[in-house]
Amino acid sequence: MDSAILSLLGAFLLSILGLFVFIWSLRKGLLVENPKAASVIFARGEIGHADDPALGRAQHQRLAAAVAEPGDTAHPPDAQEIAARIAADRSSAFPVFMFIGFACMWLLLGGIAGLTASLKLHWPDWLVSEAWMTFGRIRTVHLTAVLYGWITNAELGIIIWLMPRLLRTPLLGPMWIMMGGALVNVAIASGIGAIGAGWTDGLEYLEMPWQIGIFFAAGMVCIIVPVMYTLVNRKVESLYVTTWYHTAGLLWITLLFIVGKMPGVHFGVQQAAMNWWYGHNVLGLWFTPVAVGAIYYFLPKIIARPIRSYNLSILGFWTLAFFYAQVGGHHLVGGPVPGWLITLSIVQSMMMIVPVLAFSINMGLTMQGRARLGLYSPTLRFMLFGGLMYLLSSLQGSFEALRSVQQVAHFTHFTVAHAHLGAYGFVTMVLFGAIYFMMPRILHWEWPYPRLIAWHFWLAATGILIYFVGLSYGGWLQGLAMLDASRPFMDSVAVTIPWLQWRSVGGALMVASHLIFVGHFLAMALRFGPTRAGAALFSTKPQALELAHGE
Amino acid sequence: MENEVKLTAGAMVTFAIAASALVILPYIQVRDVAPPAGLKPYTSAELRGRASYIANGCMYCHSQQPRSESFAPDAQRGWGRASVPGDYVYDKPHLLGSMRTGPDLFNIGVRQPSKDWHLGHLYQPRAYVPGSIMPAYPYLFDVKDQADPGEETLKLPPGHAPAGKVVVPKPEALDLVKYLQALKRDYPVLPPEPRDAAGAQAPAAAAAGKAS
Repeated sequence: MDSAILSLLGAFLLSILGLFVFIWSLRKGLLVENPKAASVIFARGEIGHADDPALGRAQHQRLAAAVAEPGDTAHPPDAQEIAARIAADRSSAFPVFMFIGFACMWLLLGGIAGLTASLKLHWPDWLVSEAWMTFGRIRTVHLTAVLYGWITNAELGIIIWLMPRLLRTPLLGPMWIMMGGALVNVAIASGIGAIGAGWTDGLEYLEMPWQIGIFFAAGMVCIIVPVMYTLVNRKVESLYVTTWYHTAGLLWITLLFIVGKMPGVHFGVQQAAMNWWYGHNVLGLWFTPVAVGAIYYFLPKIIARPIRSYNLSILGFWTLAFFYAQVGGHHLVGGPVPGWLITLSIVQSMMMIVPVLAFSINMGLTMQGRARLGLYSPTLRFMLFGGLMYLLSSLQGSFEALRSVQQVAHFTHFTVAHAHLGAYGFVTMVLFGAIYFMMPRILHWEWPYPRLIAWHFWLAATGILIYFVGLSYGGWLQGLAMLDASRPFMDSVAVTIPWLQWRSVGGALMVASHLIFVGHFLAMALRFGPTRAGAALFSTKPQALELAHGE
Repeated sequence: MENEVKLTAGAMVTFAIAASALVILPYIQVRDVAPPAGLKPYTSAELRGRASYIANGCMYCHSQQPRSESFAPDAQRGWGRASVPGDYVYDKPHLLGSMRTGPDLFNIGVRQPSKDWHLGHLYQPRAYVPGSIMPAYPYLFDVKDQADPGEETLKLPPGHAPAGKVVVPKPEALDLVKYLQALKRDYPVLPPEPRDAAGAQAPAAAAAGKAS
């Protein structure tokens, strides 16, 4: 059939479908706002009571004063609901601590491996004597450590921590979750060892040998089952949007991984299509939904105001689920794969503007007139930075998918810069913020040196901006040089060198920020540093720390 | 939304649609692709070489997918004609690659058939290509006082050989070079059907690129 007729038919069917969805949403009252569902994250009477556990008492009072708005009630939040939340937090504390501890370890290792790989690109004779040190392996160790080790562990920790909180019920089956976490981390450690030794499946993002992947998949199943069981046994009626993102993300990554790793099924160019569908959807269906879900919880929680439009967040969820899942084929633009596949992914990349704008408008309206609160709360600053980078990296990604842009950007460092804007500028910064919020509640101990949090933020933010700007520019020059047949190929290498060096500078700042962060984390876990609030675990009033911020 | 069943089912439906479109349909479409008459399966030495290509991560800097002339000047750089699905029939796993930090290697065996060049270039890329940022691979070679009987030694450009020593490639290096020499897709293939080809929309894209 003619492709023009096909696309017209497709457009017609889509519009009819859209019309039905519109009618259905009118009937369901989805176009009327629903502030009750948006407030489900707060205990009764908690709106207006700022909450940032990463702050010391004095700073917290300053934040509380800045958050206060006319019309807030002076009543303390409902003690019973707070007590239920403390019980929920306690049920998940140990597994979450395990995930975050592993995440910090992998962050440190992955960051150092990444910086090493970056330096190797402009010092090609540095560290070449052993096979495990070569660029092709160190780079892959970096990718596996940060994607599976850091982001996946940290996101699992956030999911396990938020799930009981949002469902107002203690976590069921924490031992299964711990076993799942152990399996996942055994797989990551073995995978990294295998890659260093040269045993790899050879597919980008799927390098971990499938024999080791079995442990990863089994671990994810051990985590999903108790989470779903907790979900079914919840005490709250309405599911907050974060819960959808997190539940769906858990299911998606597990299925994606199983489909991608299935041995002996994929072959030739079909394997390449699957490879990039997986590669893009690790970001699209796992990193992004969990990080977006985290912003939907932490941002309103810190500023103690519900998100402006609950229904917009529903729209964002379903459009992300539909459009993002079909992205990835555009990584093979110009390659030997069916043209329709690339076109489909480019179209859905552009459609991703819908969920991204739904999220950004929602957050923008929620933060309207309150942006200065970022000055008082470093946790909020991480969330705001991450949210903004989500908007920027997604818009960039949508336009980068277009054939005309890809003609220059494809096969260059421009893509690498874009990937880091998403995985670091957006996802990792949100994870940092969430960990700063969660840890005092998990360990019943305050961050010992709050000033380090600000140092961490500025080093990481400056680092990723240098990285992104420098490498994007260098990558673009590289693409232009490659496209010009009159210039020798080596020109496209030479133009990138200064920008690869800038990338190492940015990367070094990021690694420095990780050292501060992980050091701070260790100091907290080992109870070093000045005693500021004391350990609630041993105090006579176990709820003191939680209530200190609620009042 | 207050129903976890609807949530789970909805998430699975969107996932299934995507998996059908991007995994199952391509599977059906290229399942029956026959290898072109001129394409030979890899020999076992070449397959061993291919395994070291993968183990050392060559594909992170070198693509194996020359594109059509309407999209990029790959052919003018001597990288070969645009590849077709049949070219990859024996490639498990695929090594299409996503970066061109170095040049495309799908036809490196045509462009650079010399074994000596490849071995020396692996030992020290900058001895052959000034300004190259490819890592050196000294661990694929032994440096010794003199070669044992039956061993071949590297002929390196002056100034790059270690003084008073000989460089002997390990079997891994020899296999890797056999694989690189075998990367030859210079046999003719039927052009893909215009509507099916990845490059079909490329002229339009190129025009758009010029306009913008």
